Amino acid sequence: MRRIISVLMENEPGALSRVVGLFSQRNYNIDSLTVAPTEDKSLSRLTLTTSGDERRIEQVTKHLNKLVDVVKLVDLTEGAHIERELMLIKVKASGAQRAEVKRTTDIFRGQIVDLTNSVFSIQLTGTSDKLDAFITALGESVVLEVARTGVSGISRGEKVLAL
Amino acid sequence: MDQLSGGEALLRALHDEGVEIIFGYPGGAVLHIYDAIFNQDKVEHILVRHEQAATHAADGYARGTGKPGVVLVTSGPGATNAITGIATAYMDSIPMVVISGQVESRMIGTDGFQETDMVGVSRPIVKHSFMVQNPSDIPFIVKKAFHIATTGRPGPVVIDIPKDVTDPKTKFDYEYPADIKMRSYSIPAKGHSGQIKKAVDALMAAKRPMIYAGGGVIQGEGSQLLTKLARKLGFPITNTLMGLGAYPASDKQFLGMLGMHGTYEANMSMHYSDVLLAIGVRFDDRVTNSDVTKFCPDATILHVDIDPASISKTVTADVPIVGSVTSVLEEMLSQIALLKQKVDKKSLKVWWDQIEQWREKDSLAVTPSTDGTIKPQEVVQAVFEITKGDAYVSSDVGQHQMFAAQYYGFDKPRRWINSGGLGTMGFGFPAAMGIQLAFPDSVSVCITGEGSFQMNLQELATCMQYKLPVKIVCLNNRALGMVKQWQDMQYGGRYSHSTYEESLPDFVKLAEAYGHVGIRIEDKSELDAKLREAFSLTDKLVFIDVLVDPEEHVYPMAIKGGAMKDMILSKSERT
Repeated sequence: MRRIISVLMENEPGALSRVVGLFSQRNYNIDSLTVAPTEDKSLSRLTLTTSGDERRIEQVTKHLNKLVDVVKLVDLTEGAHIERELMLIKVKASGAQRAEVKRTTDIFRGQIVDLTNSVFSIQLTGTSDKLDAFITALGESVVLEVARTGVSGISRGEKVLAL
Repeated sequence: MDQLSGGEALLRALHDEGVEIIFGYPGGAVLHIYDAIFNQDKVEHILVRHEQAATHAADGYARGTGKPGVVLVTSGPGATNAITGIATAYMDSIPMVVISGQVESRMIGTDGFQETDMVGVSRPIVKHSFMVQNPSDIPFIVKKAFHIATTGRPGPVVIDIPKDVTDPKTKFDYEYPADIKMRSYSIPAKGHSGQIKKAVDALMAAKRPMIYAGGGVIQGEGSQLLTKLARKLGFPITNTLMGLGAYPASDKQFLGMLGMHGTYEANMSMHYSDVLLAIGVRFDDRVTNSDVTKFCPDATILHVDIDPASISKTVTADVPIVGSVTSVLEEMLSQIALLKQKVDKKSLKVWWDQIEQWREKDSLAVTPSTDGTIKPQEVVQAVFEITKGDAYVSSDVGQHQMFAAQYYGFDKPRRWINSGGLGTMGFGFPAAMGIQLAFPDSVSVCITGEGSFQMNLQELATCMQYKLPVKIVCLNNRALGMVKQWQDMQYGGRYSHSTYEESLPDFVKLAEAYGHVGIRIEDKSELDAKLREAFSLTDKLVFIDVLVDPEEHVYPMAIKGGAMKDMILSKSERT
């Protein structure tokens, strides 16, 4: 089962490598990973998606918690949550294709953020599924380059991940 | 407030932390630190002959005393040589602080001379690590390092220090922090009372109870409380390889070690138990025998450990209790004292009758030879007799390690010093040095094999320099015994690279070459007298080379893929 785990950790050298290292060391997989400092510059928030049965996920969270750099973590998928991923995608867009790509982009509420005579660069946010669907809708033959940020997320309601 | 350089501050901080002894080897990146060592007399430095030995010696010191072991090595090869010892300490949760030199900050990342990314290389085998950026950070980092290494589930911590950080020309106002708070590191509080109540209820209702206690009980200083609890309940108890001495081996309730080479009665009692109190253990595969689905099929498992990640890692706990062993045992005892309910004595009697039947099998019986050939087990038994069971015994890894674990009955914690988790050959001898330095007036014996000993024999020189009268008992079977045993049992006796008889050194001469005493024992008739002679030389290191039966196997032995009740009992008998 796919899980989204958000980790608050010390914004210190080596902290990220300890988290990533833990996954390879214990044979857990990381599907996506995103990390940046928070409003408190001494803390970074790292969000990763992984998959596994309950036992494995329990081990993942326990071992993450054991890392000295990790201050707090939450498995967002345990409750209601909002998840978003941002994608920048460069596609072929010439002739009749241009209108078609523009229409599809509008339907997915994406934005064309750069263009040339033959290429559109499109920005799209949403769940990973939505980004996948957009690529499928465009057709792989028009896609030139994809840059995705990986999933970031936050709990719904009043629950917060903070010190 | 004193003005100190980074190097001076490091030594002062170690002293302020209560460190009396460090094990190390100098080199370019740590020369400022070595100069600071020269200029003080509070912290004693022991010069080893290989950095791996420094880590094992510090590890032995830590296992024997309960205090953290401290290591100082230079950058590059000095640091990488320390890796095996750090991994050894990590696997057995031993508190250790390893200080490694690093190239100057401006050189980091340039592939400078003797540069290696120590923080990176050691990352998977440390509890935590630090790279020092400024001299003035040293007091705080040292404080944090010792705090992390010694609390919770202990483990090794690396402090990597670039050379410029210890420069004698850069001074700062030194102050050692009184205590440290880390928002990202907390030690588990005492065990949850409700969970402990559940465990106590299960123990009281048990018909076939079993206590399975491991190294965590020793590390957590819980041996006395455990003994009190086991005696109060009258339950059978077994210790893991790491837990030997946590419960006195000479006690009637003790069933011996369990696991791959555990006693018949310990393994049978585990398998047929209905309530298992697992305390300070991690259900290692050498206990559960790889297929955990067959492990203790009828047991309600009560698992006490300080590390939440150890609980339900391999075997699912029915009652998990996270907390220090002392806090949990104390509360168990006080809850039991308040209970009206007593243990089910009738069922317990039936259970003990069954256990006594298993015990009668006498799975550790040794059949003496008739031709004077010395059985390795007899050597351990003789060492036990001569040292009155009160020595510090370290071992390396292999058959001799199992014989030592099986036949030297440890009545006290911290007496059995061995690399259980990583299984590091070459561990025993330097560990025995660390023990001897910690307890100069005690007997420090290293029971080893001629294979393992050759992995760190250079330390004979260290023992001469510091006059360490370690007793090395080498069960010399002219082969890598455990490898050969497996080749006998699983590879049709094809001894692929496990024999080397023609190239063995003369160990007596070797010991003498280093200025020590060497004694060879070849016939059983001389075993006792010569061992006694060796142990009577209390101020000398003695290497006792005992030629033992090369055909001997370690039994009982778990049958691969089986349950705990499935054992090979001898070359011709299995369960």
